Amino acid sequence: MVMMTYIEAARLAVQQAMAADETVWCVGEDLGRGGVFGQYLGLQVEFGKDRIVDTPISEAAIMGAAFGAAMVGTRPIVEMRFSDFALCATDELVNQIAKARFMFGGQSRAPMVIRKPVGLWRSSAAQHSQSLESWYAHIPGLVVLCPSTPQDNYSMMKAAIACDDPVVYLEHKNIWGLEGEVDTSLEVEIGAASRRRKGEDVTIVSWSNTANLAVEAAETLAGQGIGAEVIDLRALWPWDKQMVLASVRKTGRLVVAHEAVRVGGFGAEVVATVAEHAGDALKGPVRRLGAPRSLVAYAPNLEDKMRVTADMIVTAAKETLMGAAGK
Amino acid sequence: MLESGHNTQNARQLLVMMERIRAFEEHAILAAERDRLVLGAIHPSIGQEACAAGVMAHLNRTDILLSTHRGHGHTLAKGADPLAMMRELLGRTGGCCGGKGGSMHIADFGVGMLGANGVVGANITIAAGAAHGIKILGQDHIVVDIFGDGAANRGPFLEGINWASVFELPILFVCEDNQYSATTRTGSVTGGPGVAARAEALGLRATQVDGNDAEAVARVSGEIIARLRGGGGPEFLHAVTYRHTGHTSFDPATYRPEGEAVKEIAASDPIARQRAALLAMGLGQDVLDGIHTAAQAEMERVLKDAAATPFPPDEAAFADVQDIGSPMQEAY
Ligand SMILES: Cc1ncc(C[n+]2csc(CCOP(=O)(O)OP(=O)(O)O)c2C)c(N)n1
Ligand SMILES: [Mg+2]
Repeated sequence: MVMMTYIEAARLAVQQAMAADETVWCVGEDLGRGGVFGQYLGLQVEFGKDRIVDTPISEAAIMGAAFGAAMVGTRPIVEMRFSDFALCATDELVNQIAKARFMFGGQSRAPMVIRKPVGLWRSSAAQHSQSLESWYAHIPGLVVLCPSTPQDNYSMMKAAIACDDPVVYLEHKNIWGLEGEVDTSLEVEIGAASRRRKGEDVTIVSWSNTANLAVEAAETLAGQGIGAEVIDLRALWPWDKQMVLASVRKTGRLVVAHEAVRVGGFGAEVVATVAEHAGDALKGPVRRLGAPRSLVAYAPNLEDKMRVTADMIVTAAKETLMGAAGK
Repeated sequence: MLESGHNTQNARQLLVMMERIRAFEEHAILAAERDRLVLGAIHPSIGQEACAAGVMAHLNRTDILLSTHRGHGHTLAKGADPLAMMRELLGRTGGCCGGKGGSMHIADFGVGMLGANGVVGANITIAAGAAHGIKILGQDHIVVDIFGDGAANRGPFLEGINWASVFELPILFVCEDNQYSATTRTGSVTGGPGVAARAEALGLRATQVDGNDAEAVARVSGEIIARLRGGGGPEFLHAVTYRHTGHTSFDPATYRPEGEAVKEIAASDPIARQRAALLAMGLGQDVLDGIHTAAQAEMERVLKDAAATPFPPDEAAFADVQDIGSPMQEAY
């Protein structure tokens, strides 16, 4: 076990994968100097400019070229800088990368990790703050991962690099500095959720940084005698329905919380699945927390209007227990 | 591959390939319109065969090709099996993509053909990346990416060609310019001095060629490809040609000015020109007729065999999407 930050954990995973496999390379803007957040610090010195590749500001070409290089046998790690800019490469991801293997009848593979830092990051405003994970979960062909801890950012990055499918890898930029113990021998199976806390009274399902807030909320609830079980999905496709359904069957109560806009968010998929497969087990109203369907503003007080907080999760959990009608 | 230098044998091979491409597409059109066996849209390259035959004549199987929605000719000339291609157009088992891609996504990785594309211009960045991958892996083959004139007005043209330029990749971009973007004359929606000038502005050596002259295309692309194999940087070839049919096989192309097609076809049909060139080299009319008849007979057989092949099994709808979270395990 070593203490490290969320950003260091992923960097270590990338460094180890590159050292072990010469076909792994990283491609994106400003990577030579470490990447905008420092995710690649030191790697160009170690691996050279041909494997830590500085590119023009050409998101479509970064994504498209990495895909072409994947089809001929390399394993690219694609850096999109901010998930918001990845929208400039939507055709490449959605129409090309996700579909090629199927359209070509299994002739091709796209073993790629596509890193798209997501989320609220103080006063970054509407074009640098989005969480669009539900879009990617909607696209057949993609694996979608949302690590929330240093351990997961290490183990899941390793699993993503080893995976032969294209992986959309969504790191939360507000927790780059989050510290935690990392066991480098720990492997994570893609699609397996993590039970961050055990509890008997209410199930809280979350992912990405909101899962950390859910753990905080569960601690508060514990102080009030309420046992909350926190499930950090970690992966949105495939997602761990079994763990969620089993937990809801046990607690009979469900809160789903995410940072993305609530309308059409992945939380809706979780709730619908529970309604279909464990609806009979529900003993109170379901609560679903997400951002209002508005835009992220620059001014801090306005930005905060879009936030799901630990306090909101606490309140929602209590509402499921009181059986209060949803607002 | 063509022998180096010019000879009648090479000229004849170019004609054979063009006749085969045309016969393939004529039969594909019959399959679509007469037989109703091709259910989706097909984009014939009839009239544009010189580019496919002339450029592909210089590629090995391990070289890589990417193409467009109008890619039957390129694919056949790269060495794909016409029966597997026809089965693909008919959506059948044994199609080169198992019947899952159809005409617009035709691909045969076994001969280095990494896909046509249903999105105009999209292959430009992907092809640049294939060349980038080849460079990273230290391999020595080259990449050819063929796209239409319409693609020069899409963003990937700028991003992909600039990419090839800055990373000095072993790639030839070919703009097969049939002068139309679907139903719009490309010149009427394109600024500046033309597509070759755009490529030059991005640092590529650009060459213009008569895209209806198979001999010229073969000669010029042979020189370019030799430079690429010698370690030279990326290059650009602009080949102007003319699409004899509508945009799709079902398009009557009524938007063309009266008489334009008749005049262009009479003046520039690459197959007629290649036949004339071979006659002038001393080949007999009977030999030319034999090449034509053999190509037609081959593709008639191909269509018959393809039509007798079953559709793919239903499970194929869920196969080859992804390993992890595959719809084979759970689709709903
Ligand atoms: C991005 C995109 N926009 C529009 C279309 C519809 N479309 C298909 S082919 C075509 C014309 C393309 O013209 P060009 O690139 O010159 O190729 P050509 O059809 O002439 O071979 C259009 C507009 C598409 N497939 N992709
Ligand atoms: Mg055109």
